[in-house]
Amino acid sequence: MSHCLFLTSVGLVAFSGVPGLFFNRRSMWGQFISILFFCAGSLAGLAAVLQSFLQGAAEEWALPLSVCGGNVSFRVDPLASIFLAGIFLVSAMGSLFGLEYWRQTRHPESGRKLRFFYGFLTAGMALVVAAHDSLFFLFSWEVMALSAFFLVSTEDEKKETRQAGWVYFVATHFSTLFLFLFFALLRQARGSFELVPFQAGELPAPEADGLFLLALLAFGLKAGLFPLHVWLPAAHANAPSHVSAVLSGVLLKVGVYGLMRACWLFPHPPDWWGSLLIGMGLVSCVLGVAFALGQHDLKRLLAYHSVENIGIIFLGLGLALWGRSQARPELVLLGLSGALLHVWNHGLFKSLLFLAAGSVIHSTHTREIDQMGGLGKKMPRTALLFLVGAAAICGLPPLNGFISEFLIYIGFFKALNLPGLGGNWGLWMGAPALALTGGLAVACFTKVYGVVFLGEPRTAAAANAKEGGKAVLLPLLLLGSLCFWIGLFPQTVAPFLEAASKSWAPPGTAPGPSLSGLAPFGLFSAVGLSLLSLFFIGKNGLDRRFKSRKAPSPVLTWDCGYLRPSPSMQYSASSYAQTLVDFFKWALVPQKNPVRLKETFPKPVSFHSRVPETVLERVFLPVVKGLQWVFQWSRYLQVGYLQAYVAYIFLTLVFFILWR
Amino acid sequence: MDGALNYLIILLVLVNFLALGSSQIGIVIRLSAIQGFLLGLMPLFMEGWGEIHIPLLCLAIIAIKGLLIPSLLFKAMRDVKIRREVEPLLGFIPSMLLGALGTVLGLVFSNHLPLLPLHKEFLILPGSFSTILTGFIMLTTRHKAITQVVGFLILENGIFVFALLLLQTMPFLAEIGVLLDLFVCIFVLGIILNHIQKAFSSLDSNKLTSLKD
Repeated sequence: MSHCLFLTSVGLVAFSGVPGLFFNRRSMWGQFISILFFCAGSLAGLAAVLQSFLQGAAEEWALPLSVCGGNVSFRVDPLASIFLAGIFLVSAMGSLFGLEYWRQTRHPESGRKLRFFYGFLTAGMALVVAAHDSLFFLFSWEVMALSAFFLVSTEDEKKETRQAGWVYFVATHFSTLFLFLFFALLRQARGSFELVPFQAGELPAPEADGLFLLALLAFGLKAGLFPLHVWLPAAHANAPSHVSAVLSGVLLKVGVYGLMRACWLFPHPPDWWGSLLIGMGLVSCVLGVAFALGQHDLKRLLAYHSVENIGIIFLGLGLALWGRSQARPELVLLGLSGALLHVWNHGLFKSLLFLAAGSVIHSTHTREIDQMGGLGKKMPRTALLFLVGAAAICGLPPLNGFISEFLIYIGFFKALNLPGLGGNWGLWMGAPALALTGGLAVACFTKVYGVVFLGEPRTAAAANAKEGGKAVLLPLLLLGSLCFWIGLFPQTVAPFLEAASKSWAPPGTAPGPSLSGLAPFGLFSAVGLSLLSLFFIGKNGLDRRFKSRKAPSPVLTWDCGYLRPSPSMQYSASSYAQTLVDFFKWALVPQKNPVRLKETFPKPVSFHSRVPETVLERVFLPVVKGLQWVFQWSRYLQVGYLQAYVAYIFLTLVFFILWR
Repeated sequence: MDGALNYLIILLVLVNFLALGSSQIGIVIRLSAIQGFLLGLMPLFMEGWGEIHIPLLCLAIIAIKGLLIPSLLFKAMRDVKIRREVEPLLGFIPSMLLGALGTVLGLVFSNHLPLLPLHKEFLILPGSFSTILTGFIMLTTRHKAITQVVGFLILENGIFVFALLLLQTMPFLAEIGVLLDLFVCIFVLGIILNHIQKAFSSLDSNKLTSLKD
């Protein structure tokens, strides 16, 4: 990897928003320059990443800078390259999308701020992934986390956005707190800030366990693993859509990267680490999708799907970690490749979905699914690309989500064939839970697609929706075709995954089986291509057959036998998912107002239902209230008399003199 | 020589008691000026005229602590037109008794500290503890902000006495830096005094309670 190329790209990206600060707030020049810088920087970054893949080995280099014993040193191995590629690609797409979605002339008050922090967010993420020194890692981590805070609260004139921003702020600081502890303990155990794997027996088991749990807390918070995901839905929903795409598509993955890197430090993990990750992944993917089913806000719904997909990634990572502790290279390879490919895939299809959702929201001016409808006819291209993303996130062939989930499936099936597995319920549950998740995801996206794009417009805004322009469609098209590419030709990405898995393995491990020997990539291609050609042949045939006939009148897509249905008779977002939401009532705790009709000719009544962020409202907020109550007592110390404060100082002094 | 230093320290402690016992702000300021002179003499009796920086330091201390700061305080006192400290939180006699108790405790405590044998024969430590405690008592029990500034000054004098132990090792520049710090501090406090007076039309620092949220 060319160091110069990498640093130039990070610099270009970081400062892409700076020139715009010097332009008039109504001028478009700042945005043009920022996109130019961003695209140039990302292309340079992608070139550097490709070069690093071609070289294969890990590379280390350092800048001649040192702050408080921490060096500005870099290490880019194939594992880091995987994440870097995602970061540069998805952020560049978002930047391009912003040209129409967050046009400077239409958002003069926030556009410059947004682009400024957008650049720093991307650069921060790239530096985190490339950092080889824990202090430098922490520094980049903070740059990333704080820029993300400013991006989440872009529209800080709205109360809801401010609240979402604060919750994110608190969560990210907890994450940083745990990271500080983690790195401090690491420094104590290791004696330097350098991030290098431990030797066997270098660290006693309890300390290693403590470090692992700290890393899980810190990085799990950032990644949005299930009970720690509380900041995620509101932050994703209230940020501008291209920011949500980056948050969900890449920022969460930096958390995943952190945990992978932390696991990499310990070459000999006990087997409960892997089981714990699998267990948390299970909970995260099933409950994530269950929460998604109950949402009425398009972006909130997509945000819960991020929780689900992070769960899937953790299943793969847990499997790999478990495989490492059992010395099973094939499990490591399958689990980690599946997780890494899913990191890419989720980055692609989730940003595709968020950007498409942004386009929809841009033209309907609402995030409520129930106020949309019939958009498939108004915005056919966006609808089609959204459909591609939806199919990919559900893990359907011939798209990319299928490949990564299938790798994890194969891994779990291979693990089940191992002898002596009696008590490990996580492994038994892995494949079924993944299947359940996929099924629920299909249910959820039929709901979204049906209510948003099919049927009849429910409001005037939806009826007047217009298709987005080229700047909106181009990123969508690019992301969609990449989804197809990975789905149809997975053997082209397999070498990257294999190299990354090899670089994650502890040094000196014997080379295990190859990925193409474990997973039938040729079969995937064949099935995918034949599915695709079947689709086109069928479509062609139908087209030819019905070419002569004309539809009698504009027919609705979902009229269910009514001759003159009114838009309010259509399925709504809550009614479609009600059965499934009720099934998960124990976890979701949905809220609705009961409606009783007593008279023969009842008066108009209103009904609404919502699925709140239950973990936040039922667990975290009460705990915070309790803490507030406890700390209220400390206010008695604040008497307001100067003399009292001096006396406090004096007493402290005496205490320390006597304490010794 | 050693005896002379001890006499100076005993004088310092006596000045402490006087400062605790007097209600006239003018007298308290004068007492702090006397302390400044005493402090200025101490390095000479400790080290002699040996090195050139010691006499320079003494001159600086006398100029700043003995003359400059007291004159500033007198000016502040004239500006705010306050002469007496009435009804302190702790009466004048009890304050003196407390100061005496602190001196005794300081004597006892300093016997337990691991000192160089050279320093054992001096009263530097007990004197310093007693002065610091006096400063704290004045800071915590007086109402008028100007007396509290003097209390702060006395506290700082106690720290300075303590620093005599390090006279040989502490660089000249550090000493001058500390003096400058103190001067700026008093200067700022003087400005704050004026502002308190203007905003609350009184120098009673307890009025600041109304700023509490």
